[in-house]
Amino acid sequence: MYAFDIERPTTVAEAVAALKDEDAQALSGGQTLIPTLKQRLASPSKLVSLSGIAETKGVSADGGTVTVGGGTTHAAVAAGASAYPALAALAGGIGDPAVRNRGTIGGSVANNDPAACYPAAVLGSGATVVTNAREIAADDYFQGMFTTALDEGEIITAVKFPVPEKAAYIKFEQPASRFALVGVFVAKYADGVRVAVTGASEEGVFRWTEAEAALSGNFSAGALDGLSVSADGMISDLHGTGAYRAHLVAVLTKRAVAAAG
Amino acid sequence: MANVSMTVNGKTVSGEVKGNTLLVDFLRQNLHLTGTHVGCDTSQCGACNVSLNGDVVKSCTMFAAEADGADLTTIEGMANEDGSLGVIQAAFQEYHGLQCGFCTPGMVMAAQDLLKKNPKPTEAEVRHHLEGNICRCTGYHNIVKAIMAASGQDVGAIAAE
Ligand SMILES: Cc1cc2nc3c(=O)[nH]c(=O)nc-3n(C[C@H](O)[C@H](O)[C@H](O)COP(=O)(O)OP(=O)(O)OC[C@H]3O[C@@H](n4cnc5c(N)ncnc54)[C@H](O)[C@@H]3O)c2cc1C
Ligand code: FES
Ligand code: FES
Repeated sequence: MYAFDIERPTTVAEAVAALKDEDAQALSGGQTLIPTLKQRLASPSKLVSLSGIAETKGVSADGGTVTVGGGTTHAAVAAGASAYPALAALAGGIGDPAVRNRGTIGGSVANNDPAACYPAAVLGSGATVVTNAREIAADDYFQGMFTTALDEGEIITAVKFPVPEKAAYIKFEQPASRFALVGVFVAKYADGVRVAVTGASEEGVFRWTEAEAALSGNFSAGALDGLSVSADGMISDLHGTGAYRAHLVAVLTKRAVAAAG
Repeated sequence: MANVSMTVNGKTVSGEVKGNTLLVDFLRQNLHLTGTHVGCDTSQCGACNVSLNGDVVKSCTMFAAEADGADLTTIEGMANEDGSLGVIQAAFQEYHGLQCGFCTPGMVMAAQDLLKKNPKPTEAEVRHHLEGNICRCTGYHNIVKAIMAASGQDVGAIAAE
C-alpha cells in the first residue's frame, strides 16, 4: 500500500469537511477498498473512516419504508431488516460472516460492483439513495459498472426502501468469491413489478423491463415462459460466457418469482 | 503516525501505527501475538480472523487505527486461564480438526463467533458459518465435527471422509 493518513470523524458534517481535501477518500467497511489499496490500484492521501459515525448506522421501519443507514453492516441488516425479509436475506448471503461484520450498504452501493448484491435490491425496490446533499432515485443513481450519480466527496447516509408486497433475491454464486455470477431481485408492488439483474451485464445492474411487464399482469413464473434476454453486452469471463449468463437471467428470474410466492 | 490503544485478550495495549498499518500487522509485529495468521492477505481465507467487539472480522482487512478503543480477542485469548486448551481448541484436538494447523486460529475464531450467537448449530449452519475460512489440508469434515462436539452435540452421525 502507498502511505496515507486516516481520520476518524464522528459526524457526517465532519466527514464531508474532511473529504474536501485533495485525494481524500471515504473508507467504510474496507472490504472492497482495502484489497484495492493493497493492489496499489488507489493512492489516496488520506482516508476518512466513516465507521465511527453513529448517525449513519441502523435499520428502521416506518409506514411501509425501511431505512438503512449508509454505515450499517451487512450483518446488522440481516439481523435487523425483518420488516423487509428479502432485503435481510440478501444481506445475510453476502460474502461470509467476517465480511458481513465489516462491509456496509453505503460502501457496496457507492462501489457499484457489477457483481454486487445490494445494487439489485436498491434498483429492484425503486429505493432512494440519500446522501449528505440530496436524495437520488435508484433509476437515476446507477450509471454503469463502478459508476454512480455520486459527486466527488458525496457520502451515502442512508438508503430508503419502499417495502413490497412480495419479493425475493436469488443469487447464482460464483463459488469461490460468493459474489453473484448472476443475481435477480424481483419485487411486487401494488402498482407493478420490478426486476433487477446484477452480475450479468457489462453495464452493471439493470432492469429487465419485458419481465416486469409480463409479471405485472400475472405474477407467476409461467408468465415468463418464452422470454429471454440477449447475450449481447453480457459479461463473458472465465466463470461463464455471455450466453450462459443470459440463460441464467431467465432461469433465476423464474426462481425468484417462485420464491417470492 | 498515530497512537492507538485497545483491549486485547483482556489487557490494555497501545502503540504507534501508520495510517496503512493493518490490524493483523499490529497484532503480530507490535504485540508479538503471532497466533493470528496471514494466509492470503486478500480477504479470502479467514486465517487472520479475530473477534472485534464480539464479532469475527478479518484482521488483514482492517486498519489498526480503526481498532482504537476496541475490545479484541485473538486465538491467544481462547485458552483457559490456567493455559490449558479451551473447549473449542480441545475439540479440534480430540476430533483431528487440524493437520498443518495454519488455518486453525481462524477456524477457532469463526467457531467461537458462531457458538456465541448460535449455541447449538446444525451441521449445515456450521458449514455456512465457515464459508470465509479456507483449509488446504483437512477437507473440513473433522473441523465441522469438532465444532459440533464443542457445542455439546452428538457427532456420531457426521460423515468423516
Ligand atoms: C471475500 C469477500 C466476499 C464478498 N462477497 C460479496 C458478495 O457476495 N456480494 C456483494 O455484494 N459483495 C461482496 N463483497 C463485497 C462487500 O459486500 C463489501 O463490503 C462492499 O462491496 C463494500 O462495502 P464496504 O463498506 O466494505 O466499503 P469500502 O470497501 O470501505 O468502500 C468501497 C468504496 O465505496 C466508497 N464508500 C464507502 N462508503 C461510502 C459512503 N457511505 N458514501 C460514499 N462512498 C462510500 C469508498 O470510498 C470506496 O470507494 C465481498 C467482499 C469480500 C472481501
Ligand atoms: S489473511 Fe486475512 S483473509 Fe486471508
Ligand atoms: S490444517 Fe492445514 S490449512 Fe487447515
